[in-house]
Amino acid sequence: MDTKIPPKPVSRRKFLESAATLTAAMVLPGVMGCTTENIDEFLQKHFVELSPAELEKVVKRMQKQNEKKYGKAGSIDATPAIPGVLFGYGLDISRCIGCRRCVHACVKENNQSRDPDIQWIRVLEFNKESGIDFAEADPYYCTTASLHDKEASHHLGEKKEGEAHGKAAPVAVPSADAPMKLSPVQKSILENPDSQYPLYQVDANKVPASDPACKVPRPGHFYVPVACQQCENPPCVKVCPVKATWKDPDGIVVIDYNWCIGCRYCMAACPYGARHFNWTEPKLPAEDFNPDTHYLGNRPRPRGVVEKCTFCIQRTRKGQYPACVEICPVGARKFGNLLDPASEIRQIMERKRVLILKNELNTKPKFFYFYGTAT
Amino acid sequence: MTNIFGFIKFCLGLWTRGGRYYWAWVSFLCLLIISGVLAYSNQLEYGLGLTNMRDSISWGFYIGNFTFLVGVAAAAVMLVIPAYVYHWEPIKEVALLGEMLAVSALVMCMLFVTVDIGRPDRITHLMPFLGSPNFPRSLLAWDVLVLNVYFILNLTIVAYILFTGYTGRPYKKAILIPLVLFSIPAAISIHTVTAFLYNGIAARPYWNASILAPRFLASAFCSGPAILLMLFQILRKVAGLRIKDTALAKIAELMSYAMFINLFLLGAEVFKEYYSNTEHLIYTQVLFFGVGDTKVHYFMWPALIASIVAFLLFLIPKTRNNPLTMNIGCVLIFIGVYTEKGMGLVIPGLTPDTLGEIYVYSPSLLEYRVAAGVFSVGFLVFTLLVKLAIPYMEKSHAHHAA
Ligand code: SF4
Ligand code: SF4
Repeated sequence: MDTKIPPKPVSRRKFLESAATLTAAMVLPGVMGCTTENIDEFLQKHFVELSPAELEKVVKRMQKQNEKKYGKAGSIDATPAIPGVLFGYGLDISRCIGCRRCVHACVKENNQSRDPDIQWIRVLEFNKESGIDFAEADPYYCTTASLHDKEASHHLGEKKEGEAHGKAAPVAVPSADAPMKLSPVQKSILENPDSQYPLYQVDANKVPASDPACKVPRPGHFYVPVACQQCENPPCVKVCPVKATWKDPDGIVVIDYNWCIGCRYCMAACPYGARHFNWTEPKLPAEDFNPDTHYLGNRPRPRGVVEKCTFCIQRTRKGQYPACVEICPVGARKFGNLLDPASEIRQIMERKRVLILKNELNTKPKFFYFYGTAT
Repeated sequence: MTNIFGFIKFCLGLWTRGGRYYWAWVSFLCLLIISGVLAYSNQLEYGLGLTNMRDSISWGFYIGNFTFLVGVAAAAVMLVIPAYVYHWEPIKEVALLGEMLAVSALVMCMLFVTVDIGRPDRITHLMPFLGSPNFPRSLLAWDVLVLNVYFILNLTIVAYILFTGYTGRPYKKAILIPLVLFSIPAAISIHTVTAFLYNGIAARPYWNASILAPRFLASAFCSGPAILLMLFQILRKVAGLRIKDTALAKIAELMSYAMFINLFLLGAEVFKEYYSNTEHLIYTQVLFFGVGDTKVHYFMWPALIASIVAFLLFLIPKTRNNPLTMNIGCVLIFIGVYTEKGMGLVIPGLTPDTLGEIYVYSPSLLEYRVAAGVFSVGFLVFTLLVKLAIPYMEKSHAHHAA
């Protein structure tokens, strides 16, 4: 199947339009073809500088946008950190079976983009012999091929697949007659005769789907899910040129999606691959929209900014467990207040063998991996 | 005031007059700029997803070019030091052309940063008072600051020299000399801060080496002067710039020393990586031999050979005094440093990513088009500035002769 579309010559009208877009976006935001909403957004202050009244106005505006996009205004709260609480997470490596239920529960709870795929949790598969060696990590275990595979990428006129090095591509090659699935974005691009860059790798963020035939845990392997480690000494916060990301008093590292400039310095600085960028407009189908959101957490994100795990700030600040903790079928995930000696997480730290990832970097993660059972 | 209007009219007059080659060159650049603008407007519309950057390699071609150009901007002005030490006759001209190159390179730097960020509409967040620059912690905030200071500084010097040249009044030494002197440490600082921007990231062992800043400076001192060296020769022909062969050869000689230091530092790194053979070796391996499907090494070897050949050409007096071999050396050094400080720095730094995944990055057509557009803007600025410098130089020679 040939999905290539020959680039069209640029018409004069198209050129003028582009020039206008460019001017509007670069030089005079809010002047050409922009609504008052855009102007408000452009003039909006940093989250920590918003007065309660201003915040209310901003939230109203965002709810209106939600209404338009998802048919529901939803709630966008800004519950602050609870005094005396420092959140910590525990993950039992000896229990995790690598089923990726947490990954999908997280996507649902946190309104992550379905297209391109953004997943805050990444489950890595390791060989038992080599232990936790990132060079040997396989994030694509038990997946079927999707647009990500060789065949399809070839059709797109581009070359590229996610590959754990030292091995062949972990993504299986599909049978030649497998129909090529097109994401809504790709379809819209295909159908839009004006688009100059059809299928321009918009899909490279497509994560291959799970292969139902593959049974986890696979013999000889163990699993280490990785998401933001909520570092006490977070390099991402240090490097951000505009203070768009910071650590709140309960230890959660948050991002103001309306302040981030999308420079991606924090992504270079994060040692755990926790940060994800909105390379294009995130797509969230209206029926998948989770209306219970936090301003610094799971509210829908705009294009061009960075996002990551927030320990489900919208839930945990109200005393609930994160979605991943609730979904885990084997109880490998633990969560609690590190300042409370009686909390489960503190008990684990005192009684179990605990490790943190890349401790040589002195990031001081509040995400503790441990061995709960002796095996 | 009338003087300023007159000066502007004078500039416009110069820009709109020119031979066939001038117009061909200017229209060629304009075409590339239009193509770049079109590509960029697409990027604005769909997002950075139209580039081949992804979460795994979140910086690419744009930032690589930015890094290289910071070096060009810095080194162009550092050439004032040897010009002063060795009493090259037209030191004023050397300084002026250096500052002009710096201004143009900085225009490109700023454009590359702008096209790389996801929210150019929020660029004001980087500015003091309007935004919330993260001082003193973020090196990127510092970089934006020093680049802007350096830009304004150079622009002021260039405008001042040209303006006094236009009015025919002698420039005030008390104003100009401190500015030029200040621009030298500023040049060093922009490049050091840019190196620190990478250097400070502990998550990326390939960048997290103290040798990075010295290497940046050494390699910059090769690439910046290479452009000026060729420009001097052209201007000597078309504008009667009175620069002696011995001065050109001296620049070439200095470049060979800089290249030697650069190669030596590279060798020191390669030794450390391969001898200690830790898990961090993989990034150097990506650079020189490739891991999986990575492609940087295809460019790295030719670049390394180009650097070594240029080093030899500039080292041997016979070849550095010969205009042909000297110019070949300039081109080779440019290729060598461009590869090393561009993609050779960014890609292995991010491949494999922090969780060990290898994503094979090569720029998309759109990235090439945008980058070509940015380069064209820079070349256009440079062309226009040099055009203003020509009558100025002619005038000052006439003055000298009289
Ligand atoms: S894991 Fe990464 S994103 Fe999370 S706090 Fe640490 S450095 Fe920041
Ligand atoms: S991408 Fe956003 S959050 Fe990250 S460093 Fe840049 S401005 Fe800060």
